[in-house]
Amino acid sequence: MSTTATSPVPGKPQQGKPQPGTPESAREKAPAISAKPVTWKVPVLLAVLGVVAFIFFGIMGPNQTAKFGISSSGDFFQLPAIEVPAFLGGIVLSVLMLGLAGYAVYLKTRNEASPGWLPIVFIVLFVAAFLIWVVGGARTPSISLAGLIAGSVTLAVPLVFGSLSGVLCERVGVVNIAIEGQLLGGAFTAAMVATLTKSPFIGLLAAAVAGAIVSMVLAVFSIKYLVNQIIVGVVLNVLVSGLTGFLFSTVMQANKAQFNSPGRLPIIDIPVLSSIPVIGPILFKQSVVGYLMYIAVIVVWIGLFKTKWGLRVRAVGEHPQAADTMGIKVNATRFWNVTLGGAVAGIGGSFFTLVAIDSFTKEISGGRGFIALAALIFGRWNPIGAFFAALLFGFADNLQSIVTIIGTPVPSQFMAMLPYLVTVLAVAGLVGRSRPPAASGIPYVKG
Amino acid sequence: MSEQDQPKHVADENKTETPATRSPENPAPATPAPETAAPGPKTPGEDAAAATALDTAGGAMQPSAVPVSAQSGIVPGGADTLVRRIFTGSGIVSVLAVLLALILGGLLIASTDKQVGATASYLFARPSDFFSAVWNAATRSYVALFQGSVFNPRGSSVAVQFAPLMETLTIATPLITAGLGVALAFRAGLFNIGAQGQIIMAGILAAWVGFALHLPLGLHLLLVLIAGIVGGALWGGLVGLLKARTGAHEVILTIMFNYIALYFLRYLLNTPAFQRPGESNPISPILDPSAVYPQILGTQYRLHLGFLLAIAATVFVWWLLNRSTVGFEFRAVGANPKAALTAGINVPRATVLVMAIAGALAGMSGVAQVAGTEKVLTDGVAATYGFDAITVALLGRSTPWGTFAAGLLFGAFRAGAVQMQIQTGTPIDIVLVVQSLIVLFIAAPPLVRALFGLNPRKKKAATAGKSKKAAITGGAA
Repeated sequence: MSTTATSPVPGKPQQGKPQPGTPESAREKAPAISAKPVTWKVPVLLAVLGVVAFIFFGIMGPNQTAKFGISSSGDFFQLPAIEVPAFLGGIVLSVLMLGLAGYAVYLKTRNEASPGWLPIVFIVLFVAAFLIWVVGGARTPSISLAGLIAGSVTLAVPLVFGSLSGVLCERVGVVNIAIEGQLLGGAFTAAMVATLTKSPFIGLLAAAVAGAIVSMVLAVFSIKYLVNQIIVGVVLNVLVSGLTGFLFSTVMQANKAQFNSPGRLPIIDIPVLSSIPVIGPILFKQSVVGYLMYIAVIVVWIGLFKTKWGLRVRAVGEHPQAADTMGIKVNATRFWNVTLGGAVAGIGGSFFTLVAIDSFTKEISGGRGFIALAALIFGRWNPIGAFFAALLFGFADNLQSIVTIIGTPVPSQFMAMLPYLVTVLAVAGLVGRSRPPAASGIPYVKG
Repeated sequence: MSEQDQPKHVADENKTETPATRSPENPAPATPAPETAAPGPKTPGEDAAAATALDTAGGAMQPSAVPVSAQSGIVPGGADTLVRRIFTGSGIVSVLAVLLALILGGLLIASTDKQVGATASYLFARPSDFFSAVWNAATRSYVALFQGSVFNPRGSSVAVQFAPLMETLTIATPLITAGLGVALAFRAGLFNIGAQGQIIMAGILAAWVGFALHLPLGLHLLLVLIAGIVGGALWGGLVGLLKARTGAHEVILTIMFNYIALYFLRYLLNTPAFQRPGESNPISPILDPSAVYPQILGTQYRLHLGFLLAIAATVFVWWLLNRSTVGFEFRAVGANPKAALTAGINVPRATVLVMAIAGALAGMSGVAQVAGTEKVLTDGVAATYGFDAITVALLGRSTPWGTFAAGLLFGAFRAGAVQMQIQTGTPIDIVLVVQSLIVLFIAAPPLVRALFGLNPRKKKAATAGKSKKAAITGGAA
């Protein structure tokens, strides 16, 4: 006899996490057509963004011609640069966006949900219009699109690993706020071990172990001691930050050569393929960590959605009691999945010290764990979605540094603010409809 | 609001709000809480399940930051002796957690100490050398920490000797108010990670009123305070509104709002309206003398009026949570939002309100920073107070006076850490380690009890740390 097993099923998506559409559905009658009430959220958000785009990117658009370089000189074959008159481009794209928003409003009046592609296409158009506007208003209205995208992918690497860690943990029912700590722990250990062993590859391995250890603390406290998972996550971030900061100040700073000069992982250039314009450098000219990123995304996706293991993991995350009844060891599954997630994030952390720069400094992860968390939610708890969301954040990050160089009317602080604003809009507007795994954040005690 | 108002108020709400807040897809849920109170003899396993079921509303929601079982005074499972209950109660766990964290911190300090390293090489030949080196390294740092935070016996006069204590109180001021904001939100079941952003927004408004307006003495300071509180309340309330309206998770929202506030501040500090004339660094003009908090114990200490306001804020939060209808609603929402909804409490309104009040409290920290300690606005106005506030609230178990005490403790750590770094070279970061360890241990009483052999039941098994059930039982008891 147990109290938890006999209690009503906690299957409703409203529980614990976001409560999609509760106030909206309270204001209007439940629609008869679909089970899920269609809300005004998406149409209104798209309409507002469309109008903003029309006013700023269209009517108030700059009069220059924005030039986007596509090929670099070493490429396999050369493609001409794209030249877009900024004013015209802004008008055309924003009208398209308004059209999409109008379509969403039309669907809403018929009580139909907008199709999934609609927000995605909208976002792509918005980003394109924004890019044209920014570049068109710059002092030197010309950027290399290939460089921009390649840089975005590079900056997105730790974000992708971090959000994959989040996916692995949340899908099994444990909220992972400690991504930041896992990244930082991985970065520190990678630098330390790689220097001591003089091998960046061993450093990479050690980073995974460090991330896993941070995750194990999270797992032990949240699964065994039933401490609120968000609390453990928040505290772990502080702990890792303090620990790495302390060891950095006492050990690494005193003797940089002996403890903090790991050397970099080599960039592996696959001949011929890497010379393909735009996609060549992205897919075939990466460090080991970069290639691992693509592999990890695919493996996690296949693992979660196409294998028996994944089915079990998701069952534990959605309905632990049912999983338990079917003979799945809920807490063991959670423990090992969270540990695996930590290892993945640890590898992501090694990017900072083995790929980006070749030494550790305090707080080197700089809050990217939280961005990864946002990417995870933006990507709707799906590895592929999280990957693209992370790319978007990497893009915003990279764009910020590039527009500072080419000189735009937008203050750089607002460019830096952009990913966070986008996340708020996404979380409040677009993602509200999707839901986290039902049992995410709820400890499981076998009754 | 007097106690007599309460039933009427609640009844009113029942009449007006319930139909609106009950959505068609979200019918009044029946929560399984009563089952947990089933009478009869209990086995340890049932105890654990009961406590968890109580905390998570039968596995339907995340456990609140303060376990429900810990909020009531009743300790479940307890026909233990009085002595045992004292020693297994939460008070002693807090003390032991602090002790344990200090010990681990001391070991960490010792592990990087040169003398310790030297003696470790002949550890087996003369172990006493090694252990005394460990002891020396740790105590030297902690003595410096104490001297920098409470009492420095080497001071020339009593006033100088107690200067560190005043510094502790000064630093504790923003920690206490921001911690109260986080704690209040915790009690309503919300994770307010956004104290940082709320402090910044409050700082922006308060500083602007302080240096841009020139008003008479008294009125000016009052306006500065109001501006800061409003700034924090708006920034926090916006999160509450977004959560109530769209269902977005407040953890994500507050984290993002922190960054938005920070970049907004950095932008402002580069505009003519905020940048000090003739200055290329991002720093604001100095606040008018009429806009800053008076120093309450004379000019030799930095301690300012903000500390008294922090005490007042603590009293206010205590009153709000324990004596007011609104506070009761907050706690009800925090304990079980669905039950609260069923009982006719307007959950969205409570969400917005609690975040606004939490933001207002964090806003007081912002004012304490710009009008008290710093007297200018820089992009480091919030330092890390907003993040420390989370650990302060957790250590204080989200009770007003617990948060106050935790704020004092962490204020002492921060004040002492500076002195410690100067005297012994131990980096300030050790404070972060000790702080987070304290919170981790306090959050897991069974672990602390197991480490000190204080588990109420199945003592052997729990001490060995092998039996999961026993450990969980400790949590329930």
